[in-house]
Amino acid sequence: MAEIVLDKLTKRYPDGALAVSEVDIEISDGEFIILVGPSGCGKSTMLNMIAGLEDISSGELRIDGKRVNEKAPKDRDIAMVFQSYALYPHMSVRENMAFPLRLAKVDDATVKAKVDEAAKILDLTQHLERKPANLSGGQRQRVAMGRAIVRSPKAFLMDEPLSNLDAKLRVQMRTSVSKLQKQLATTTVYVTHDQTEAMTLGDRVVVLRSGLVQQVGSPQFLYENPANLFVAGFIGSPAMNFLAGTLENGRLTTGLGSVALSDRVRQLAEAAKAPRELIAGIRPEHFEDARLLDAAAKEEGTTFAATVDVLESMGSDKYAYFTIEGETATSSELDELAADAGSADVPASGAQLVTRLSAASAAKEGEKVDVWFDADKVQLFDPKNGKNLTYSG
Amino acid sequence: MSQTVDTAPTAEATPSGKKKPALSEGKRAERRLGLMLCAPAAFVMVAVTGWPIVYSVWLSLQRYDLRFPDQREFVGLSNYVAVLTDGYWWTAFGITSLITVVSVVIELVLGMLLALVMHRTLVGRGLVRTVSLIPYGIVTVVAAFSWYYAWFPDTGYLTSMLGLEAPLTQQIPSLLIIILAEVWKTTPFMALLLMAGLALVPEDLLKAASMDGATGWQRFTKVIVPVMKPAILVALLFRTLDAFRIFDNIFVLTKGANDTSSVSMQAYNNLIRGLNLGIGSTMSVLIFLAVAIIAFLFIKLFGASAPGNDAGGRR
Amino acid sequence: MAIITGGTTGRKAKWAFIDIVIVLYALIPVVWTLSLSFKTTESQTDKNFFPSEWTFQNYRDIFTTDEFIRALINSIGIAIISTLIAVVLGTMAAYAIARLDFPGKQALVGVSLLIAMFPQVSLVSPLFEMERNLGLFDTWAGLIFPYITFALPLAIYTLSAFFREIPWELEKAAKMDGATPAQAFRRVIAPLAAPGVFTTAILVFIFCWNDFLFAISLTSTSASRTVPAALSFFTGASQFEVPTGSISAAAVVITIPIIVFVLFFQRRIVAGLTSGAVKG
Repeated sequence: MAEIVLDKLTKRYPDGALAVSEVDIEISDGEFIILVGPSGCGKSTMLNMIAGLEDISSGELRIDGKRVNEKAPKDRDIAMVFQSYALYPHMSVRENMAFPLRLAKVDDATVKAKVDEAAKILDLTQHLERKPANLSGGQRQRVAMGRAIVRSPKAFLMDEPLSNLDAKLRVQMRTSVSKLQKQLATTTVYVTHDQTEAMTLGDRVVVLRSGLVQQVGSPQFLYENPANLFVAGFIGSPAMNFLAGTLENGRLTTGLGSVALSDRVRQLAEAAKAPRELIAGIRPEHFEDARLLDAAAKEEGTTFAATVDVLESMGSDKYAYFTIEGETATSSELDELAADAGSADVPASGAQLVTRLSAASAAKEGEKVDVWFDADKVQLFDPKNGKNLTYSG
Repeated sequence: MSQTVDTAPTAEATPSGKKKPALSEGKRAERRLGLMLCAPAAFVMVAVTGWPIVYSVWLSLQRYDLRFPDQREFVGLSNYVAVLTDGYWWTAFGITSLITVVSVVIELVLGMLLALVMHRTLVGRGLVRTVSLIPYGIVTVVAAFSWYYAWFPDTGYLTSMLGLEAPLTQQIPSLLIIILAEVWKTTPFMALLLMAGLALVPEDLLKAASMDGATGWQRFTKVIVPVMKPAILVALLFRTLDAFRIFDNIFVLTKGANDTSSVSMQAYNNLIRGLNLGIGSTMSVLIFLAVAIIAFLFIKLFGASAPGNDAGGRR
Repeated sequence: MAIITGGTTGRKAKWAFIDIVIVLYALIPVVWTLSLSFKTTESQTDKNFFPSEWTFQNYRDIFTTDEFIRALINSIGIAIISTLIAVVLGTMAAYAIARLDFPGKQALVGVSLLIAMFPQVSLVSPLFEMERNLGLFDTWAGLIFPYITFALPLAIYTLSAFFREIPWELEKAAKMDGATPAQAFRRVIAPLAAPGVFTTAILVFIFCWNDFLFAISLTSTSASRTVPAALSFFTGASQFEVPTGSISAAAVVITIPIIVFVLFFQRRIVAGLTSGAVKG
């Protein structure tokens, strides 16, 4: 159980490239913190620096108040779970889990007790004598975790431990990991590129991009108050819709028409000295089929008509995709998000809008629908630096 | 093996707050360890080949016959002139080239067939693979003796079966027998190398080709062979170089009589039998050059396996 | 070349037939030698494939002569020593090549490749002269050095392919679990590399056991003459007889270890030969 502090932590590669740049994070004891971001953002490098598997170029890393920059991994008393599990193929499950204890010269009786206990927690007792090759992916993942918990270390580091599992298993394991961490109350630093895991598992989430911290906060906070375009587009699935727009006299004009912003939003925009040309962001759930709302509900927003391109009926909701005329919003953040999501290669004609309508909606593909959105939930972003002009946090 | 690591500097990451401009401590330790581990092997290899080659060139420039050691003297390139104008040398060269080309071609074709069988047989896969290793493992001269006695006029079952008269005393038949012996021995090895390449051809590609309407032969020529090209070239390169060095089979089967000598045979004769170090060394150097040229041509023409990437299996 | 898997009896029979042809191909010379070794001297010339009269005399003969036994001892000793040294040196070098980064790595691999392609006969003349001068001629060391040199490329090549198969992350995991580099090597890497080392040892042994050119060039007496060389100098029971029987018996005896190796370690040998033969 320990507190981990990253103080202006930097990693510079021999060719000068910055993998991690002046990161400041304070992780409290027992916290479950998630490092999330697209590939190449430096999250794994950060984890490796905390582990001691990579040198720290500058800055200080403190565990429990003591500087550990120079300490070897084995002296830091932290355990790591690897993406590929890294189980020793020639040892049985029991021997795999006992390995760290044996290296520490713990006596046999204690070793047995600890391994048995860990196996019980992870439901591995009947597999103890088997070799990793004979286990399923989920079982191997649990063995990897078992090897980490037997030492009762100060902290757990997990490097995308669920990425190699299939979708259904991943969902199951997510809850197991969460329960385990609460049960053991050990500080955990968890790396993932999957924003769903970040949202569901973490006490706090750190969003990284190109080695720089974009924002740190609880999942809900990041969702409702993204600090910039990147965080807004990264967190939340389906992603936030971005439209190019102009702001004049408290009215926002986009490809969806013109709408009067709510007072709250207008005041924030003015205080932030919003430029005329900006990017508007609206989350899919802030849209609704206009036919299902009464007049009073529609007061706070505006309605527009559009033809449904694709309708995905999920049972509990309907996702309607529209193509909106007008300019597409462009910025480097959006480009990077698109590259990460893979949509950069898909030719788009005009901006695509994703809306979540209630299951009761009668919308059909190819038909025109009246869609309403909540003007108070619109976020405004500065296209030049991606900053959220309507940030309130 | 643990002693080596115990005495070597650790290569683990020992981070330092200030990074040195050139290499970090960890990197330098890694390089030291790497060099130390390679040193003994590198030393042996270079010492036993490098120096002798230089020495060989030096010897080739002298007239040095061990039977008349007093007559040893430096004669410059006249040994080379002597060898390169000698009919025997060129005959041997021609024979070597002939054997090389013919046997490699046959081995490639048969090897490919054998590889396909080993890869796809439904029955007794383990048996076929085990059995095809036997020619590889057998001492070459043992196999050579087996063929020798098989073709021997009085004892051989093959001579009587085919109704031949002492085939090992005539040039063409004995050349054919030599080629047979070579092919028998190394086809399975070729097959193994090719099978490894074959295993890398994705089944999906073949299924796709099948859907596109390709016949078995077309699948072979248009999918399997192109995908296997690197493997084929590597196998070809190594086999060609090996074949050029042919010695064991000729020694046992004909001792080089009736103009069936290979260049290696000639060098051996001059050197160990004739104790003529000067001429023998000259031939050695020439053979070395020939092999180098073949390798160079191969790599240039086919871009096959640059050093550091892959080196094919060895006999 | 049919893609369709699973076989009807017809298809299985076809493959079985092909398999038998291959088995015959591989075994005929071996069986012939075996048969010759059991033939009496008189029946040597009867041109039958199988002996009409059986005898163990040939085997008795070779084991009573000093020559063959000495040659056998020489072969075994030299092959084992060369294999041990080549494997140890090769393992060290292969580990460095597969896992570490250092200057001259490419050069080393290049040199290995060159040596693998080297015409051995080109070494015979200088080694002959050098060993005579150094007193290594006709000694075990005289053969061991060239054997190691030519076995190293094979060893390094096979072993580095095996080392590359071991996932890097296991070393990292061992570090995190608290192991020093020595412990990581001993308890994690070495056990996983053991099969590869063993396979390489077999391949190197076969190579040394097989060599003929150096054996006849660098030896002159039974002090260090190995079996392949000794075979070609065998004499028969009398001046007038071709020693077919003895040679065949000797041939069978030295082939037995190889057949044993191949039978028991076929999987390993194939894996070793092919593991890096094609860049995958």
